[in-house]
Amino acid sequence: MVRNVIVIGSGPAGLTAGIYAARANLKPLLIEGLEAGGQLMLTTLVENWPGHRDGIDGPDLMTAMREQAQRFGAEIIRGNVTSVDLMANPFVVKTSDGEYTSRALIIATGASARLLGLASERALIGHGVSTCATCDGYFFRGKPIAVVGGGDSAMEEAIFLTRFASHVTVVHRRDTLRASKIMQDKAFGNPKISFEWNTEVDDIKDKGKGEVTAMLLRNSITGARKELAVDGVFVAIGHNPNTALFRGQIETDANGYIVTHAGSRTSVPGVFACGDVQDHVYRQAITAAGSGCMAAIDAEKYLEGLPQHLGEGQHLTVPTA
Amino acid sequence: MALEKVQTITDGNFDTTINGGKPVLVDFWAEWCGPCRRLAPTVEELAGDYDGKVVVGKLNVDENPNTAFKFSIRGIPTLLLFKGGQVVEQVVGLADKDSLKKVIDKHVA
Repeated sequence: MVRNVIVIGSGPAGLTAGIYAARANLKPLLIEGLEAGGQLMLTTLVENWPGHRDGIDGPDLMTAMREQAQRFGAEIIRGNVTSVDLMANPFVVKTSDGEYTSRALIIATGASARLLGLASERALIGHGVSTCATCDGYFFRGKPIAVVGGGDSAMEEAIFLTRFASHVTVVHRRDTLRASKIMQDKAFGNPKISFEWNTEVDDIKDKGKGEVTAMLLRNSITGARKELAVDGVFVAIGHNPNTALFRGQIETDANGYIVTHAGSRTSVPGVFACGDVQDHVYRQAITAAGSGCMAAIDAEKYLEGLPQHLGEGQHLTVPTA
Repeated sequence: MALEKVQTITDGNFDTTINGGKPVLVDFWAEWCGPCRRLAPTVEELAGDYDGKVVVGKLNVDENPNTAFKFSIRGIPTLLLFKGGQVVEQVVGLADKDSLKKVIDKHVA
């Protein structure tokens, strides 16, 4: 059976695409992926999702979106996509459990937390190194910890972690934060948070012991080194797009993000991309959801074979099937 | 239902459970952990697939801090596989069912 549209990914982009495609009667198949629900599953209160005046719990928001997509007839499966073939239409999508074909494809695979790339870091994940403050903060009650990074996510984690930790040191490689003004003010105003500026992490100890005991820090201006005793290291230095599946089959930029044009269109006719996998600028739940809606509408137009929403110099390719 | 095949493991019944003869897979989790919620259906499926061969249980780290402390659990979800009362495998973070089966199959004839 050749499907109309398959959505890969189940964050706000993928689920919104699923809702719109289902309401357009396209009977979409949505493949959730390993990190089902996306990055919002790692958050607590989401305070900037419009309509929820007092905020909404991130995992609750994703559960509601999932149920909303199902209510309109989206078929959601828990598989993880292992390979895709975009060279011919219908496209082929394989998971460990099966193989699916579809005339249109919506890529909403998002982005995953980036790590520092230290061998000691990888060895100590689950033993003091974490990328999820809401999951693991609990284990550091009364202990000193560090957050690496200077963006909104890093400040959010640092502020959240002060609920548990005795002290939170923010280690940032620049001398100013990238975080928004409101998050900066909250972090600067928190007596439990201090900052190490212009600082790189050289190593995390103690691999031999199997637990985090300290970080080795280096000031990038003075070159001075020092050891900071911590029980936990939370890494929040940004994200990498999840595009390994599509490498060589679709146009990406130098950082691996899928290049979109004229809405959600990619370099392959019939393949659309939405959310963080194609957006390294805004990266918000609401922009991801908005682009998911665009992708579903673009896919619907593509399937109808109607020349709409085309940018200048763009030529429509009519589906072959 | 697979759901009922997952046992509830506590600080109180932990030792008797892991020394019960069969291999035991323990899912360390908590309510407030989003990835734990994602992993739960996979653990339930494993309980069904290995019914009679492996005891599958969930341990809430909030309510049972002693066991989590004893095994130096500092991140969840964490799965520990016990055989003969000893830890033989450890998986931190999310994993898909196939890779978990490979890990379990190394220890289950």
